[in-house]
Amino acid sequence: MKKTRNRKLPGNSQWQWKNLIGLLPFFLFIAFFLVMPSLTLFSGAFQDVDGHFTLANFSFLQNTFALKSYLTSVWVSLITSVIGGVFGFFVAYAITAERAPRWMRNVLTTFSGLAANFGGVPLAFAFIATLGRTGFITALLKGICFNGAGGTTICPFNPYEHGFNLYSVTGLILAYTYFQFPLMVLTITPALEGLKREWSEASANLGSSSSQYWRYVALPVLWPSLLGATILLFGNAFGAYATAQALTGGSIYLVTIMIGQQIRGDVLGNPNEGYALAFGMVVIMSITIFLYVMLQRKTTRWIKS
Amino acid sequence: MKTQKKNTWAIFWAVLAMLYFFVPMLGTFIFSLRMKRGVLSFQAYQSVLADSRFLESFRYSATMGIITVLVSVLLLLPTVYWIYVKVPWMRPAMDIITILPFVVPVIVLVFGLIRTFGRPPFQLTLTTFGTDILMTAGYVIITMPYMYRAIDVGMRSMDVRTLTEAAQSLGSNWFQVLTQVILPNLRIAVLSGALICFATVMGELILADFLVRPALGSYMAGIGRSKAYEPAALAIISYGLTWVCLGLIQYFSRGSQEQQLTGR
Repeated sequence: MKKTRNRKLPGNSQWQWKNLIGLLPFFLFIAFFLVMPSLTLFSGAFQDVDGHFTLANFSFLQNTFALKSYLTSVWVSLITSVIGGVFGFFVAYAITAERAPRWMRNVLTTFSGLAANFGGVPLAFAFIATLGRTGFITALLKGICFNGAGGTTICPFNPYEHGFNLYSVTGLILAYTYFQFPLMVLTITPALEGLKREWSEASANLGSSSSQYWRYVALPVLWPSLLGATILLFGNAFGAYATAQALTGGSIYLVTIMIGQQIRGDVLGNPNEGYALAFGMVVIMSITIFLYVMLQRKTTRWIKS
Repeated sequence: MKTQKKNTWAIFWAVLAMLYFFVPMLGTFIFSLRMKRGVLSFQAYQSVLADSRFLESFRYSATMGIITVLVSVLLLLPTVYWIYVKVPWMRPAMDIITILPFVVPVIVLVFGLIRTFGRPPFQLTLTTFGTDILMTAGYVIITMPYMYRAIDVGMRSMDVRTLTEAAQSLGSNWFQVLTQVILPNLRIAVLSGALICFATVMGELILADFLVRPALGSYMAGIGRSKAYEPAALAIISYGLTWVCLGLIQYFSRGSQEQQLTGR
């Protein structure tokens, strides 16, 4: 201990590589429990059953089942990220609007924090209890009845008679939006707060309307953060598993559900194709996160100071 | 006139958002009270709380949550400290590395963990203890982005080098610097990281389900398949738990400005 105490904090570059030794536990942990498992899957994705290199596993994209799971996942993620993104943006706007009451800001921010962290199985339960076949709102709407002609009663508001079904892609989108738009609120609020008041005043002085201000000043400044946040939402939905599993019992084939079934019992009939399926997910997530980080960097230039 | 109009829109969106927040919550709550036909009662909650498997899985998940927090802090606190004192040029790289758990979705992570540690040379899935190690490791990986960010932000708000040098010149060793100087200054950051970490572990399904351990997530998924009213009660309980964790974070970080030492 004495030695370390007397050692000076390093300045020259010779010391710098030796100093990395303190990060060894961290890197070992990452290597063991994140990199190694990932590499196991990746190497499996490029091998056939005998361990020879092959690209044949990616022919799962010709397997309509697997391809469809990718399309469903991308579709659900895309829709919920756009809906959540737009809705979340307006809510964040409401939070940062000049004359918004303070309590409203507090309530919205608090609930966004809560809802963005509220996912998985309980979220599915909440939606089943509310909008499921016997759910609270469903029962409420079902109960609105009128006396029709000839003594019959008509109950025109039962959502399940109008093609609504919670245990479907629609239901999934509704449930995902519950955690998507609050995440948008949390990520985009700092950017909106970064819009300087002088900008709107200056544009007003130059005679522009509110919509012109948004079109020519605010949105051009905001678009990298808007796009970045929406991309983050996409990734957030793309990796989700528990809500879909609990809501639909695995009857909607998202990629995550497919992988889950592949882990349980090799539904694809070829373990290496399962690895390829997982590899594809990581590729998509990497692109997503990379774009998000790049756009985020672009944003900080404006938000700082 | 214009600001008036703006404000109306703001209120419109705010009300819509609150409806989206509250209606499912309210619906779930009322639904959960309807177990007894014709009257509102807390029977669903009683039924859940009386279920020994609920208590067991709750205890298991809470234990795992605490262990995860401890391992995570033990791993990340010295690492971040080391980076600030010795290798600050590593910070951009660390920002990228600690975001990697987002790149690998949990379902893919668990897939990889099972395939890697389900066979020699590192077979861990044979015993429950080995599986629990694997679970903890998985949880630490999943929550790493939150924990790292929390500690990093806390560390940024104080002058680590000056504090270290001051403590060292007074004769303390590295361990004392970390536990008696750095940690007390970081307690709010560590605490909020820990609470997010804990809340995540309590609600997690995938790791426990595929590694077949009796965690709260798996228990809830099982109940969801067989019961009608108990899931609603569980959802409310789970809401409450997340609420408490986030509330505590807000409560603790409220006084953070005065309590954190800054060297600048």
